[in-house]
Amino acid sequence: MVISGDHAVAHAAKLARTEVVPSFPITPQTLIVEQLAEFINDGELDADFIPADSEHSVMSMAIGASAGGVRVFTATASQGLALMHEMLYAVPQNRLPIVMANVNRSLGAASGIWVEYNDSMAERDSGWLQVYVEDNQEALDATLMAFRMAEDRRVLLPVMVCLDGFILSHTVERVEVPEQQEVDLFLPPFVPFNMLDPYEPKLINPIVGPEYAMEMRYQLDRAVDHSREVINEVDEEFSKLFGRRYGGLLDTYRMEDAEFAMLTLGTATGLAREVVDDLREEGKRAGLIKLRFMRPFPFKELCEVCDSLKALGVFDRSASFNGGGPVYTEVAAALCNVPTVVTGHVAGIGGRDITTEHMRGMYDAVERASRGEEVRSVTWHGLRGDME
Amino acid sequence: MSEMQTIKDMPTNDMFISGHGACAGCGMAVAVKNIMRILGADTTVYVPASCLVVISAMYPTSNFRTPYLFTAFENTGAVTTGIRAAQRRRGLSSTVVGLAGDGGTFDIGLQALSGAAERNEDILYVCLDNEGYMNTGIQRSGATPFGAWTTTTPVGTNVEGKREFKKDLMAIIAAHDPPYAASLSIAHFNDFVKKVEKAKNKKGFRFLHVMTPCVPGWRSDPSMTVEIARLAVETGMWTLYELDEGSARTTYKPQTMLPVTDYLKLQGRFRHMENDDIAKLQEWLCAKWYMHYGNDIEQPVCAVFEKVKRVRHPHEEQLHFI
Repeated sequence: MVISGDHAVAHAAKLARTEVVPSFPITPQTLIVEQLAEFINDGELDADFIPADSEHSVMSMAIGASAGGVRVFTATASQGLALMHEMLYAVPQNRLPIVMANVNRSLGAASGIWVEYNDSMAERDSGWLQVYVEDNQEALDATLMAFRMAEDRRVLLPVMVCLDGFILSHTVERVEVPEQQEVDLFLPPFVPFNMLDPYEPKLINPIVGPEYAMEMRYQLDRAVDHSREVINEVDEEFSKLFGRRYGGLLDTYRMEDAEFAMLTLGTATGLAREVVDDLREEGKRAGLIKLRFMRPFPFKELCEVCDSLKALGVFDRSASFNGGGPVYTEVAAALCNVPTVVTGHVAGIGGRDITTEHMRGMYDAVERASRGEEVRSVTWHGLRGDME
Repeated sequence: MSEMQTIKDMPTNDMFISGHGACAGCGMAVAVKNIMRILGADTTVYVPASCLVVISAMYPTSNFRTPYLFTAFENTGAVTTGIRAAQRRRGLSSTVVGLAGDGGTFDIGLQALSGAAERNEDILYVCLDNEGYMNTGIQRSGATPFGAWTTTTPVGTNVEGKREFKKDLMAIIAAHDPPYAASLSIAHFNDFVKKVEKAKNKKGFRFLHVMTPCVPGWRSDPSMTVEIARLAVETGMWTLYELDEGSARTTYKPQTMLPVTDYLKLQGRFRHMENDDIAKLQEWLCAKWYMHYGNDIEQPVCAVFEKVKRVRHPHEEQLHFI
């Protein structure tokens, strides 16, 4: 099928036999819920579509339905995700395995409808697992896998599938859409864990005082950490059934003997692969790490990959003001006991095109760092005018 | 199943059990206890941020014997929609009820409420109206009456109490044309029982609006809660009616309108009110009274207000009150 990233996600939600879809339109997500509404109205998907009055209500409905014992999917972007912010926090702590696509779009003022990660990065401490995808096929596959990961009894956490606005959401690519029977083998019917059952009354989400709250937060911290194992298992099983493997928390490209590398996420990864190939042809030992999951963050895995790396550049499509980007600070923390020199590279803000030259500029800086040269800790690439 | 007609028909099996943390004389606790008795065990409860969640669901205790969920303040219409959707998928027909306060309904929850009403979700929404944000320590809401003291409408040297009149929430609900909506009083229990029972047995979006006097917020005597609720009806501060499948009906009509001062004097929140403000509130009440009960019988307390009989409510035609 030749479909957009948004439609790929909608196909995944349909193949997952989603039962309730609360929705609210927002560019560039809207194609997802439009497509799901069509599936439902054409009888291709047996689900309840709820047209909500806001994204805050969307997440509230998702919570009600998930606590009510059914599989729930929804999608949002940017301001919509920000409006959900309050409700996002209720989901992980109540262990409700909701799956949501967030089509990344810049948030706030001095922004439009184009891609930036400042919407979903702002939610990285909400307890949701977050996966960033590179292409439309991965958008579909990651959404399918998200249900398996979320619903695994060792996890029971919501998963946010993040895809680049327009670059993926509105761009068509060839996507292999699996057969329903294949997906049914991969994803069994939903079995609720925490549920509002009139036959077995249970109180969900009471007020929790300081005597208990800390233990509950620690349990959540552990659950997010334990999901690392499940993510790898699901990736493995998915590859056996569908022949596509994504590497779990992170993927690597030409890292075997690499001396310097970039760490990217989202669509910038494709561009980075090309630049790595060019550099390799020039005889330079460049590599690439594709970060897939921002939560759980692969602290351990990253240390292993960077074991013999001299320098690593970290790509960020959003800023954590005056400290580079959020991925950079996280990676720097992960590698603080490793000799690898870590630098931050901000690009593509507000949907600005990231060109080959920009990516090449990132690699050049990292290569200089690998030779022991002094380079900026954080560089904004493609900035009109010079940095301060 | 024969419908409950009076308080005598009411089950005594409590779904909201004792031991909760409500204040002595809490009107909300009286309302919830009795609503839950009528709704019974096959009920799923959602409570937004409010006194109710604090008094009934402090981990690891609960005063509800039914499934119960809490998440946030402004989303009762939305969460109940989600719960109902799940129950529909699972083939369950349990009553899904949202028990929200006036702040969570009139103000911050109005959008989600309107959405649920507009979609005609098969849920029961109960607004427990104590006319202010009492859980956060007595702040003004859209439900607070004119003149009332709250911590955000303090009695100052320049401004004394709330300057705006209570929002007509039921008119907003009526504009959604729901299958059933009714106002309830804990001083009129046969009426209370009938309305809860009716709401329970109907399908689609149902709305119950209960006045629930609040001892600390209204600065009233705990023993006077039901008397204050009764006087609210006799003075026109509260009116009892229902909207049933599009037709409106007054369910209790007081014989003669009592002066609003009979109601005000039992509550410290009105203690500061001077004659001008009392007259302003009385005039507003007279217009409301004639709108609800018709102006065939002139009320002596309203005789001084020449215009009130001619005042037409913006939703009069729609509501068909009288």
